[in-house]
Amino acid sequence: MFGYSPSELWSIFVMQGFAGLSLFSVLLLMSLGLAIIFGQMGVVNLAHGEFMALGAYMVYLCSQIVHNHFPSLVPFYFIIAVGIAFLAAAVVGLFVEWSLIRFLYKRPLDTLLATWGLSLIMQQAFRSIFGAREVTPTLPDWLMGSFKPTDTIDIPINGVFVMGLTLLLTFGVWLFMFRSRTGLQMRATVQNRMMSGAAGINTGRIDRFTFALGCGIAGAAGAAFTTIGSTGPDSGSRYIVDTFLVVVFGGTASLLGTVASAFGIAQGQSILEFFLKGTMGKVSVLSLIVIILMIRPQGLFTSKVRS
Amino acid sequence: MKHRLKQIVTILAALAVWAGSQPSGLRASEHATAQVNTTGLAVTDDTVTVGQLHSATGTMAISETGSIQAEQLAIEQINAMGGVLGRKIKIIVEDGASDWPTFAEKAKKLLVNDKVASVFGCWTSASRKAVLPVFEKENGMLYYPTFYEGLEQSKNVIYTGQEATQQILAGLDWIAKEKKAKTFYLIGSDYIWPRTSNKIARKHIENVLKGTVVGEEYYALGHTQFGSLINKIKLKKPDVIYAIVVGGSNVSFYKQLKAAGITSDKWTVLTISVTEDEVLGIGGENLVGFYSAMKYFQSLENDNNKGFVEAFKAKYGPKSVIGDVTQAAYLGPWLWKLAVEKAGSFDIDKIAAASPGIEFTKAPEGYVKIHENHHLWSKLRIGQWQTDGQAKVLYESELIEPNPFPKGYQ
Repeated sequence: MFGYSPSELWSIFVMQGFAGLSLFSVLLLMSLGLAIIFGQMGVVNLAHGEFMALGAYMVYLCSQIVHNHFPSLVPFYFIIAVGIAFLAAAVVGLFVEWSLIRFLYKRPLDTLLATWGLSLIMQQAFRSIFGAREVTPTLPDWLMGSFKPTDTIDIPINGVFVMGLTLLLTFGVWLFMFRSRTGLQMRATVQNRMMSGAAGINTGRIDRFTFALGCGIAGAAGAAFTTIGSTGPDSGSRYIVDTFLVVVFGGTASLLGTVASAFGIAQGQSILEFFLKGTMGKVSVLSLIVIILMIRPQGLFTSKVRS
Repeated sequence: MKHRLKQIVTILAALAVWAGSQPSGLRASEHATAQVNTTGLAVTDDTVTVGQLHSATGTMAISETGSIQAEQLAIEQINAMGGVLGRKIKIIVEDGASDWPTFAEKAKKLLVNDKVASVFGCWTSASRKAVLPVFEKENGMLYYPTFYEGLEQSKNVIYTGQEATQQILAGLDWIAKEKKAKTFYLIGSDYIWPRTSNKIARKHIENVLKGTVVGEEYYALGHTQFGSLINKIKLKKPDVIYAIVVGGSNVSFYKQLKAAGITSDKWTVLTISVTEDEVLGIGGENLVGFYSAMKYFQSLENDNNKGFVEAFKAKYGPKSVIGDVTQAAYLGPWLWKLAVEKAGSFDIDKIAAASPGIEFTKAPEGYVKIHENHHLWSKLRIGQWQTDGQAKVLYESELIEPNPFPKGYQ
């Protein structure tokens, strides 16, 4: 067929399937934090990308420290660095909620402006601290190779790593939201703040915790992305459009929607990119999404809430 | 009598030698300000003011920082030698902030309010296109350092980087000969420079090298997922992957190539968009064995370059790296000094007229000469990237004539 042997076509098919899955996990990982902050709390957080960049910079910082002082730890540090990125972003998120966001819950349009301002402040902070150049952490070798089940198939290990982390975090978020007491309180607060307060839930504390969790996940996502891209002061803005796209397309307030939408967009884009030319793939996917959102403005999934 | 004459001649000759040996910069008194500056530029009896217009903030700051540093180093060195026509150079630094209208506005400020004698600046073609009408209307002089797509020529601009044909043709010739390459896959970021360059590359491959282009693709600036593209490359198995990817995408592109098993032992990758500056972000280990076609590499072995690299590191730290554009930016102030001295004047029209034919032998890249079309005669080199982020220079062409409007390539 087309001058290619069946085995060649088979390996391309496998690798292309993997490319789609890998894009899916990237999109999902990006959007998971925002699905909580925007989807659940209704905060339009335009600084989401900067929290990802913060996580990425944490990995870079860890890599510099390990590289210069504990070279023997280089093969292992990355896993711990992802944890540190999560914590750092969560702590900053906690502070931001306490100092800024909590005054704006009733003024969603103002959160948009405030978080945009925050994103500019964070970008300039990165630029002042880490410099304007893009940086890349030194990654352990085992993360950068490829896994070869046959001669012609190469499965990139960094892709597998991102996928694993996505699975873990998605499962964790689901477990937390739908199986834990705090998750229950969180969902209650989202659905009816007054009533939850009356029922004895400390809604202020729940808000702060939820926001910090979303930011922490963004940080971990940013950390994972250092394996596929570089980090610069404004790399956050590279992610923000795709992130909102996934969450809005999936239907806000629905975790399942976010998963489905990330999967749909990723598969659509990677298949179209394969058959069309580079930029055209993305353009077609965007046009498709616009059409679908015109027909179904609430997104793919909606949570049924009486209002 | 005859003896006397001989004596006088000897004394005169000695005087002439002495006068000639004096650095020309030390003789400001010989160049009255009213004579060397007839158009009201910012030139006084002991200073001359120039402008610097790059992005110190925003996306492009990553790339432009090196140019800012190199130009300031050159100006510092020129001042240490006594300045230009006996006048110390003062710099007014403006920030274009990676925003093209801001560039135009700042250019106007430099030329109209500050009356600077020349401007060293711009990096992207977009910023150059934005300031060009300002320079032509206000009659300023711009020294532009970046290698670019060509198709431009102005009395008010000296292009110190290479135009597209200088950078592309010799590189393709070399790789076709060295690797017996017949099939090429062209990849670029989606804007004017990669598209124009690939157009020239395609014509050269098809018409001159008699090869085939098996794919040509563009991705948006900032694109980070190249999985599908890499699969297509693997299916087409080109002899050469010709890449003009820029910015943040670069890092993702090379990391993913490596992760997908496209490494230099089985594949040939030639790029015209990776300099030492980019390697810093990409990581030498992700590029090992791939080729860049540039006019300058930091590792060039000649005395000019040794001195330049030493001075640069002394001023900006031992870890700083020097890419092609940084070196081209360093040429700007020197070429301007030579033009002013040749013209004996700071007037823009006289410098523009004096520039063609100027030779600069102390350039880190070696000898360069300004062509009638205000571009430079320069060599092309092929460097192969090593793990330490430096390139090993494998090939050096003859001096190539700049040809910004190549016939048969458009």
